[in-house]
Amino acid sequence: MATTVKTVSRPGGFRRQTYLVAIVEGLWVTFRHLMKNWIGNLFGRRARTDIATLSYPEEKKAYPQRNRGLHRLMKREDGEVRCVACMMCPTVCPAHCITIVPEEAPNGAIEKRPRIFEIDELRCVVCGLCVEACPCDAIRMDTRIHAAPTLRRADAILDKAALLSLGDKSVATQGGVGPFWREKTKA
Amino acid sequence: MLDSIFGWFANHMPYGSPSFTAVAALAKCVFFVLLFTMPLAGILTWMERRQSAMMQDRVGPTRANIGRFTLWGIPHFVADALKMIFKEDFVPPKASKLLFALAPMLAVAPVLIASAIIPFGAPLCYGQMTQVVPSGACVSPIELQVARLDAGLLFYFAIASLAVFGAALAGWASHNKWALMGGMRASSQMMSYEVTMGMAIMAMFLAYGTLEPGAMVNAQGDWPWQWGIVGIPQAIAFVLFLTAAIAESKRTPFDIPEGESEIIGYFVEYSGMRFGMFYLGEFIEIITSSALIVTVFFGGWRFPGAEFLAAHVWNVGFVLISLGVWSLKVFLFCAFQLLIRWSLPRLRADQLLRLGWQRLLPISIANVVLAAGWLLLRR
Repeated sequence: MATTVKTVSRPGGFRRQTYLVAIVEGLWVTFRHLMKNWIGNLFGRRARTDIATLSYPEEKKAYPQRNRGLHRLMKREDGEVRCVACMMCPTVCPAHCITIVPEEAPNGAIEKRPRIFEIDELRCVVCGLCVEACPCDAIRMDTRIHAAPTLRRADAILDKAALLSLGDKSVATQGGVGPFWREKTKA
Repeated sequence: MLDSIFGWFANHMPYGSPSFTAVAALAKCVFFVLLFTMPLAGILTWMERRQSAMMQDRVGPTRANIGRFTLWGIPHFVADALKMIFKEDFVPPKASKLLFALAPMLAVAPVLIASAIIPFGAPLCYGQMTQVVPSGACVSPIELQVARLDAGLLFYFAIASLAVFGAALAGWASHNKWALMGGMRASSQMMSYEVTMGMAIMAMFLAYGTLEPGAMVNAQGDWPWQWGIVGIPQAIAFVLFLTAAIAESKRTPFDIPEGESEIIGYFVEYSGMRFGMFYLGEFIEIITSSALIVTVFFGGWRFPGAEFLAAHVWNVGFVLISLGVWSLKVFLFCAFQLLIRWSLPRLRADQLLRLGWQRLLPISIANVVLAAGWLLLRR
């Protein structure tokens, strides 16, 4: 293959070729930023500077409105867990992080209840499908609590008691009343 | 109290005696290296990161602290030094042990030695320190300059150009291709720009008629329009000298010997404090070149109203003020060099050499002619 030479035209003119004007302009831009940020930072007016850094542990960014966070298990009016161990959520869970071992409920009106209800928060992908699947408004992901780091993996598995401790009383009708349960609990 | 201390010195070490000369020289060295250059170089390592952060809308390092005091992160340079001291000192198995150990020293030592000629303050009047001494009335001055040589700036260039051995030897001794390339680039770059540097300052030699930095400072006045930079050839010489000095310190936009995105550079195999020496050497070079620029172009320690002040305050106070003014000027030029380093992109190796040999060198030679003509016309 023959070598071809392509001549590229360069921007001409004394001003462009010497770069001196461009260098001064560039220095002025960086100097302006330096002065604005430095003086603002010095007098504690971070908000009026261009600085985008968040000094994390001290300054936290607010989570978005629809952030889910840790799961919680809701309670019935009598304080019992709303979950009827229908196994919908472990079935739909893409990460297989929900473990439910059902048992017979002592109350005759409800057949089953979970003897063990565990969620491995390390495996959870926070997709929220379990909440969608639940027919009883038993599981919710609206705590907006960031999963805390743990020293042992076992500590990241939340059991029934831990999930219930985050939970509230739900006034939704058992079996579900459609998509308006969020507004109902807000009142 | 102050008088009795100064009196003791005057009695035991008369002006001009061998003990006086030795103690004065030692005191000047200690002040210049341990109390000015080294602390400033340390602070510049922090400042470089903090200033670049501010220029790029970031915050930069602020976490290092002494107890509850973070001091805007200034203790970071102490933390850096501690880290570098305690890191593993790795020497590549096939490296040349002697040269590998020698290179970092050669990177730092010449710059420190070369800075010996820089005058850093108004002369201290021995025996008259607690008196008001107007300029010109000093009987026994101690020039605040470690070495007062007639060769002056020639000495500076002779010694400072030895720093290239540091980079070249580091590249050679590391037994690493990238390091070798970095060393080669460093030597070609530093050689090229030294020529320009010398030619640029030649215009100033003509203007001052001396090579001695102390005499250059004395030839300049207190007011900015009496400083060395005033005049067309002098201003051109300043721009050329600044450019060459930045190229000489191997920093962006002339950092092709380092070129962290292509070859890591001549110090790629260095770790711990040996790397720290190169790092420190770079910052000392910034300080030294800034100090030289201040000396030659910006009146050294002189400042507006210096003569008036000298006639109204104690000599020792005046000298301290002049030290402060000189330090401030040098500091501002260091900050300016950092500003340049974080604003401009790196040149390619061929662009760098073309700029050096085909642009700056002819301009600097023409500037020498221009300066000669300028002086002839003004005579």
